[in-house]
Amino acid sequence: MTEWFADNFVSILNGLAIGSLLFILAVGLSLVFGMMDVLNLGHGALYLIGAYVGFQFTGGISSWGGFLTALAVAAAFGLVAGLILSVATEPLVGRGHLDQALLTLGVALVVAEVISIIFGDDVQNVVAPPGLNESIQVFGNTYPAYRLALIGVGAVLAIVVWLVIEKSSLGALIRASVSDREMVSSVGVDNRKVKAGVFAFGSMLAALAGVLGGPVYGARTGLDETVLLLALVVIVIGGLGSVRGALIGSLVIGQVESLGRANLPEFASFMLFGALAVVLIVRPRGLFGSKVGAP
Amino acid sequence: MSAEAETPTVDEPIVPSPGSTGPSGSPGRRLPLGRLIAALLLVVLAAVPLFVAQFPTSMLARMLIFALLAVSLDLLVGITGLPSLGHAAYFGVGAYTAGLVAKHWTAAAPIPLVAAVVVAAFAAAATGWLAVRSHGVFFLMLTLAIGELIQQLSESWSDVTGGDNGLYGIPAVEVAGEPLVLVGYVYWYVLIFAVLGFAVIWAVSRSPFGAALRGIRDNEARMRSLGYSPFRYKLAGFVIAGAVAGLGGGLLAVQQQLVTPADLGFTTSALALLAVAVGGAGSLWGPAIGAALVVLIRDVYGPDLDGHGTLVLGVVFIVAVYSLRHGIAGLATTQFRRGPGRQTEKADG
Repeated sequence: MTEWFADNFVSILNGLAIGSLLFILAVGLSLVFGMMDVLNLGHGALYLIGAYVGFQFTGGISSWGGFLTALAVAAAFGLVAGLILSVATEPLVGRGHLDQALLTLGVALVVAEVISIIFGDDVQNVVAPPGLNESIQVFGNTYPAYRLALIGVGAVLAIVVWLVIEKSSLGALIRASVSDREMVSSVGVDNRKVKAGVFAFGSMLAALAGVLGGPVYGARTGLDETVLLLALVVIVIGGLGSVRGALIGSLVIGQVESLGRANLPEFASFMLFGALAVVLIVRPRGLFGSKVGAP
Repeated sequence: MSAEAETPTVDEPIVPSPGSTGPSGSPGRRLPLGRLIAALLLVVLAAVPLFVAQFPTSMLARMLIFALLAVSLDLLVGITGLPSLGHAAYFGVGAYTAGLVAKHWTAAAPIPLVAAVVVAAFAAAATGWLAVRSHGVFFLMLTLAIGELIQQLSESWSDVTGGDNGLYGIPAVEVAGEPLVLVGYVYWYVLIFAVLGFAVIWAVSRSPFGAALRGIRDNEARMRSLGYSPFRYKLAGFVIAGAVAGLGGGLLAVQQQLVTPADLGFTTSALALLAVAVGGAGSLWGPAIGAALVVLIRDVYGPDLDGHGTLVLGVVFIVAVYSLRHGIAGLATTQFRRGPGRQTEKADG
């Protein structure tokens, strides 16, 4: 057991780093879905925007200035995009999931194509900022410092999001909207504002995840689809509208991805989607899904 | 290939437009007119290779194939109320099966197609048995996962499928021992089986079975209390849709002589769903026109846009959601639904 642990130590760390990134990406998708019943298939495109913003401002040069600028610009992009998506999906409320899925899918296609027109289809690398772009020794293993930092950032963000959602009065409002939005609106809260706020916040996190994931995954076409599917798997496994579920789902999928790819490379993708299918069949509302709300 | 006539690429979307004047009459009069238009369209489609150059003919064959996928998806989305984001999986299963049978066993006329239909039906039965247990958006995600799984299979099982390069070198289909090489003959072959596939879906939707599927779409609890088993009906609908999609895939293998993982990927599924939405879910003929439009933008105009036809399709997605509530079919048929309260919320169980 300890031997296996030692052998797979790097994979487990990788899994934690992937899990951190997935949490940042998926928590917004989960909240928007759980709260407003909007399935945003454009979430991956927001990540893609972040990844290319990261590439644009760092451009192969390791610098803190560029990296922080990229984070700020991506956050702004994400906020605005989230507001736009929130307004755009407003007329579709009550028209079923298919229309929302089509709209956000259309937005995702347009964003991905525009990015491919601007940046071309080549794979672009994003360099980690100075001090983090080298490898360090962890228990006798060489490991990229940036990924350790990513685990730290993910942990901090998870705590912050958890505190906001579970402990603050704003979080109480959001949780109440997840549970029963009619009741929330009947006590005089404008649902649309709550939705726009959560949409903007979740989209900002997705765009930030794009910048943060840059040094690991780079920026390339098709990345939006990959991360969207991963995020969907995470929120389905974790349960919709639950921060804790998104965290646990991210960590589980991070490990499945990393350990699966290291040990059973041919079956890694099957394990991922097999896990999704099993959870959907056995517990359709996810492992930690809220029991309340419309089915 | 050299002679690319630009004039009569698509006569398909133009032909049904006279129908838009018809439905204002009494509903009883619509059927003969509809049949007349269908017969006329069939004659026009059958005559195409006699008057049209090779490139538009092969594009029209692609449209027919993609239309078959869209119409079979409409049986799920429009008739049964199951929005699938993985329907291209069965299309791809059919395409790979037909390709493999033709390559390794025999390319004699209907055998690869029959194999494609059978294997796609089995794949749909095995996965649908799981998928139709879920409702609404969970069905959407489960079919997405299944589609993704089958695409992964096509990419990683490279000994059989050729992996990322795709399955190439599929021999031309043989009719009575003679390989069909000419574009026009291949087109006719595609046309015959596509019409057969449309007829199957049309007959299913008109049958009492189709009526039961509509009943389940509109009020599943009520159908259950009437003694129907929604699970069995949905599964049967899923298998029929999968089998017809497999037929479309088998035709794709004939027409392209190449099958790649992209043919069964997420984008193909999404575009099929777009075709259904643009055409008008539940009308069957609308999605066929939607499919022709998608192929027109992606394959005919796409190369002129540096391969960025998808950008236009994305815009079409967005416009369709806002302005075409019931698709092209909804424009043609004014009294689409009676009464002010439309069933926007599908019975989620």
